[in-house]
Amino acid sequence: MHRPDLAIAAHDGQALPTDTCPADSPLAVRGLTVSYGEKPAVFSVDATFPARAMSAIIGPNGAGKSTFLKAALGVVPRLSGEVRVFGTPIEKARDRIAYVPQRASVDWDFPATVLDVVQMGLYRRVGLLGRMSGRMRALALDCLGRVGMADFAHRQIGQLSGGQQQRVFLARALAQDADLYLLDEPFAGVDAATERAIIDVLKGLRDAGKSVVAVHHDLSTVRGYFDHAFLINVRRMAEGPVETAFTAETLHATYGGRLATTQIDEVMLSGGAA
Amino acid sequence: MSAILDALLLGAGYNAALVALGAGLLGVAAGASGSFLFLRKRALISDAVAHATLPGVGLAFIVMVALGGDGRNLLGLLLGSALSAGAGLLLIEWIARRTRLPEDAAIGAVLGTFFGLGIVLLTVIQSLSAGRQAGLEGFLLGSTAGMLRADALVIAVGGTLAVALTWLMRRPMTLVAFDADYAAALGYDIRRIDLAMMALVMAVTVIGLKVVGLILIVAMLIIPAVTARFWTDRSGRLIWIAGGLGGVSGYLGAALSSAAPNMPTGPIIVLVAAGMFTLSLFLAPVRGVAAALLRRRRFQARVHRRQGLLALAHGEPIREPYTLRLLTRQGLIRPDGVATEAGRAQAARVLRDEHRWAKAREVHQDAGLSGRYDGLTPIEEVFTPDEIAEFDRRLGPPVIVGGAA
Repeated sequence: MHRPDLAIAAHDGQALPTDTCPADSPLAVRGLTVSYGEKPAVFSVDATFPARAMSAIIGPNGAGKSTFLKAALGVVPRLSGEVRVFGTPIEKARDRIAYVPQRASVDWDFPATVLDVVQMGLYRRVGLLGRMSGRMRALALDCLGRVGMADFAHRQIGQLSGGQQQRVFLARALAQDADLYLLDEPFAGVDAATERAIIDVLKGLRDAGKSVVAVHHDLSTVRGYFDHAFLINVRRMAEGPVETAFTAETLHATYGGRLATTQIDEVMLSGGAA
Repeated sequence: MSAILDALLLGAGYNAALVALGAGLLGVAAGASGSFLFLRKRALISDAVAHATLPGVGLAFIVMVALGGDGRNLLGLLLGSALSAGAGLLLIEWIARRTRLPEDAAIGAVLGTFFGLGIVLLTVIQSLSAGRQAGLEGFLLGSTAGMLRADALVIAVGGTLAVALTWLMRRPMTLVAFDADYAAALGYDIRRIDLAMMALVMAVTVIGLKVVGLILIVAMLIIPAVTARFWTDRSGRLIWIAGGLGGVSGYLGAALSSAAPNMPTGPIIVLVAAGMFTLSLFLAPVRGVAAALLRRRRFQARVHRRQGLLALAHGEPIREPYTLRLLTRQGLIRPDGVATEAGRAQAARVLRDEHRWAKAREVHQDAGLSGRYDGLTPIEEVFTPDEIAEFDRRLGPPVIVGGAA
């Protein structure tokens, strides 16, 4: 069952990861280890995400997908490892990154309107003393329009459905006008219409030359949505273009006994049709 | 009565006016800065900060006396209280970060320890300076009796600074309170922003010690914020509403207490704030108890009406007394339970709506639209007239309703 050579095998035809982070990657990680207490959630992981592409971070529950993303962003402290964003340390590239956290990570009874939340994406640009000008407001409204939520701008956020909450978070990230978008399970628990709206926006970003990296749960849509796959289960299991890295073999290695062979076959078949 | 009026209009003497204005300013500062504690769900920490001031008061007194000065110098006492409150705060933060203890446990432990230490120091001071009244007990519940102009100045300057700092930090603090991970991803230093919030609370606590006392300053920080929450759904407004409510309670409370001899200032201020909270709790338009009750009753009536009308349409008997009363009151059935003309018409409409919804679910697999069916929303609110015409075409000619009756 255990195939230690898989991570390397998946790189056939691709350059093997080097010791240093390549400068042309929007997000590259070397030897990243994150630990809660004394149990590593992510152990010595290398990853190189390609520019102008949609990349999926895939793995079972508790495999460290979200932790990997948060550590790359510096939201949770890392025990070891190096993170480079567009070839520079992340502190120098903050303005080029937009993060979309899990929707369930915040209290939606917080006193704010939809527009208030989207404007949070502009706080860095406005600064401590700056005024939220009419131009900034128009920008926020425009971002809401891009996710189909323009009519909801003045709604209290507690009145939104799960899908609408996710769209608001995406609009807040759009307001940052970043070059790299990092999303944590953007499709978890949303309705079909929202999923379509979100994937359209993300593909639009990629086609405009931006890079998208998303933690993704639904194996059946990986082939239809993404260009690049990164499989993780505490360690890196596979990485590369979806066609070569997202295979029955790598899924087996990543999920172990948690996915029946029949399920993997289904995923492969549905992916092939997309 | 006129004594109270005099006090309210600053006519009760120079000292009373000074106290009322100082307490009002303190209230504004406490209400505004306390809003972020409330939004960050860390209201309890202010209790620990307040109790941790006490040993500092005692130590500062001892040091000042030992240096041959006046132990009651307010600035010196406040400086001491700020230092020990800061130590308590850092201790809580350190315990919560370095051990597996949750923050509330750390708060409980630190609060008790510091307060106990403070009480021991105060007792020692009292026994040492037998005969000479140190007057430090005033810091427990507030005492404005001997307030000097310099004291009022301390409150005015400190309060203004606290309000200014709250305004300056409003965006980072809102962001951290709503979504700390996102704030960290934007590059904000969460720990530093949290510490700034705590420092703000500490400053308000220290300058409020003299007026409200350390036991009740918590109420000044938290009650205005939770009261304001009843009146607004936006954090930006919440801060200033809380500041306004705090200012009004501080001013009113201090004025009222000065009108009656020997009334403690702090408790009266807190009671005024609590009065406004209670009013809001019941009467606030959307989040208040009365509004929620009314909403619930209306909703219940809609459900019963719909169920009753559907029963009429299907020719079934209505058994629930509430439904019977409701339909009778609306003139839809006669007291003996038989549908009136209007009742039959309404029943037909409701049945038609049900049929249309059933068709809508068949035609529109899109959960976004047909998922809106909750048995209460008229179909006209969700679909356009041409879509409804299409459902009707598929439904065929209308069915005679209540034919058996």
